[in-house]
Formats: sequence, C-alpha cells, structure tokens
Amino acid sequence: MNGVHDMGGMDGFGKVEPEPNEPMFHEEWESRVLAMVRAMGAAGAFNIDTSRYYRETLPPHVYLSSSYYKKWFLGLEEMLIEKGYLTREEVEAGHAMQPAKALKHGKFDRANVERVMVRGKFARPAPAPARFKIGDRVRAKNIHPTTHTRLPRYVRGHVGVVELNHGCHVFPDTAAMERGEHPQWLYTVVFEGRDLWGEDGDPTLKVSIDAFEPYLDPA
Amino acid sequence: MSEHHHDHDHDHSELSETELRVRALETILTEKGYVEPAALDAIIQAYETKIGPHNGARVVAKAWTDPTFKKALLEDGSKAIGTLGHVSRVGDHLVVVENTPERHNMVVCTLCSCYPWEMLGLPPVWYKAAPYRSRAVKDPRGVLADFGVTLPKDMEIRVWDSTAETRFLVLPMRPAGTEGWSEERLAELVTRDSMIGTGFPSTPGAPS
Repeated sequence: MNGVHDMGGMDGFGKVEPEPNEPMFHEEWESRVLAMVRAMGAAGAFNIDTSRYYRETLPPHVYLSSSYYKKWFLGLEEMLIEKGYLTREEVEAGHAMQPAKALKHGKFDRANVERVMVRGKFARPAPAPARFKIGDRVRAKNIHPTTHTRLPRYVRGHVGVVELNHGCHVFPDTAAMERGEHPQWLYTVVFEGRDLWGEDGDPTLKVSIDAFEPYLDPA
Repeated sequence: MSEHHHDHDHDHSELSETELRVRALETILTEKGYVEPAALDAIIQAYETKIGPHNGARVVAKAWTDPTFKKALLEDGSKAIGTLGHVSRVGDHLVVVENTPERHNMVVCTLCSCYPWEMLGLPPVWYKAAPYRSRAVKDPRGVLADFGVTLPKDMEIRVWDSTAETRFLVLPMRPAGTEGWSEERLAELVTRDSMIGTGFPSTPGAPS
C-alpha cells in the first residue's frame, strides 16, 4: 500500500538525531510491547509480514506521531482483535471476558523463549527456476497494490541490475494477507542514484533493494 | 485474576495512557492463557543480555585478522558466523558488505526497521525514525553529515535498503595503526555505527 511508512526519498523530516548512550528501552512498557509481539508471533497468532501490515495501516497521522513501540502496540492490539484473539470489549475492560482462541503453537511459556531468540527461516524450496540471472537488467514494475508489498515507491518504474540471488523466500505480499507463502526468487537489484533522483542526484550513489521476482520485468 | 491491577490503582494517575493500555493488554493475554508473564520477562532479559553490537564487533575483528574467515564471511555471512560457535544465533540470510577505499556501504530500512538484531542488538531510535529512513536512499552524504562523517567526494556510496528478510552488516575498514593487534583489542574499536555504515571504527589511542 502507498502508505506513509514507505518513506524512501521523502523530504522534510529534518536531521537525523543520534542519542548518545541510548538505552535499549526508554520506558519499561516498550520492553513489554516488544516481548508481547515476539511471544504472540511465536505462538502462531500472526506472521512477521502481517504484523508489518498492521503497522502500515495505522492512520497516517497516527503513524507519524507515534513512537516506534507505540506503533508496535497499536498494530498488535488491532491485529489480535481482528484475528479473534481478543475483543474490543475486553480491551475496554482491561480483562478477559471471552473464551480464548486456540493458538497454533500453544501458550507461550518459558520453554519457548530460546526459540524467539533465533531468527526465523524464510528460505523455501524453489517452485520454478529463477527467471533472472546476476547481471540482468530489470525494471521494477509500476504497481500500486493497496495491500502489503515490499516494493518501495521510489524504485517503481526504474531500471536496475540484478546483483545477488538469495534463493526463494516467503512472499510477503501474500503472507501478510494470509494468502499463503507462495515462495518467490529474491534478488538484490541495484539502481544508479541519478536514475532514481534525476540529474541533481548524487553521482556517486548506488541504491539497492531486495526485490521478489514478481516485482520485476526484464529491461 | 485481576488483583495486581487493583492493588496498584493508586498508581494510575502517575501512569501514562499508553502505559495503562499496555498493562491492560498484557493482563488480557495472560488471563486468556496466551502468554506467561515470566516468559515475557525472560525475552526482555535475553535481549538485554545476549544480543548487542559486541557480537558484530567480534565478527568484524575476526575478519580483520583472518583472511580465510573474511573471504568466507563475504561469500556467506550466516554460514561463516555459524562456524564461530556461540557468537550469536545469527539465523539465515545475513549478507556482509565490505567497505573499501573506493566504496562506502550504508544500511537502511525505508519501509520499517529491518536490522541485524543478532549482530547489533535492537536498533537505535534514529534508525527507525523518519529522518533516516526517508533521506538515507536519496541524500546519504547529508545523513552522514548529521553523524559528523564526511566521505571523499569521489567515493562510491552504496545504500542497501533492507526490503526483505535478508539482513546487512557493514564490514568497515581496519583502522591504520593497529598492526599486530589481537582480535579482542581490535573488537573494542568496532562501533555499532561503523557496522551500519553511519560511522567509522574508533581511532586507536583516541579517548572512547
């Protein structure tokens, strides 16, 4: 979706402000939100793509004015309601009122903690041979799905070169919408800065994205 | 079922609305039997103690001192780091990109906040915020200036936008004046930002 989360190339957000000796969490609740997201994901309530989609669909003014973990919290709450794990009445009351919905991997207890500390695996067997090889020129499609996609707006319509092939991975566009993993070949595609940003762009700049095969046409 | 909330009602005026909502959600998830609060504590503790830039720094220092390891690391980051034993369970799809006198690499996630947690810990606020995400792909030299970093005018700058489940770690150039240093000593020079590409390793002898 063409949301405000797709920020590459936008102007007006000001300077980057690194915080010296930044703590891991600025408020205790942030750590609880992180832990709840990790736990409910590991218990099978949602996949990582779905959780990203729920953050992206926050209203633009909310997305832009909320801190990072606030966005995580708002996305988590809405996602759990829509997936039937809790109700708005329960959120309002602050207590459970309805029977629980079964979790795919069961209750998240201490025995599961080790598991969330290892990254998930996203590679899958290839359903078909790769369409592109390293060095191929490809054009990022001019597509504007209103659902989840990982093709950023700033490359759409532009020509780049395939630099790496990462194998077949879960396709976020369908996984996020719970329409299955539909594994797709994943490539690093590199673009010239001036192709993306015009003649005033930095001539020394190259930008790459990792692009799933359905995002690309031969060029 | 709900005693702990009622016990602390007197605190509520001092708690932010967000804090109250987060507590309420955890109460519901606990009451419904989805999560065990002690397991959430354990997740937080694991993040606070097990991951962090020290993992990435060890990998970089090893690459600086062991050419065979460096070659393997650049060919397949996950596999090479896997041979180091319990540095960190890095998972699949880690790509290590090397800075050279001709090319500087910088990593961003314009769409959200993708970051190599296992190597660098949880990302800092600036990495997840709009100014960095919006500008890194268009004006990386301007972004670097915000960090007080200047690159030679002709140096190629390559920005890696982490749009999938691949993760990128920058292998910075080894600082001059460190000949003969041990891996442990070198690792102390490797900053988090040097592995994102928004900084350089510390200079030997400079106050840290």
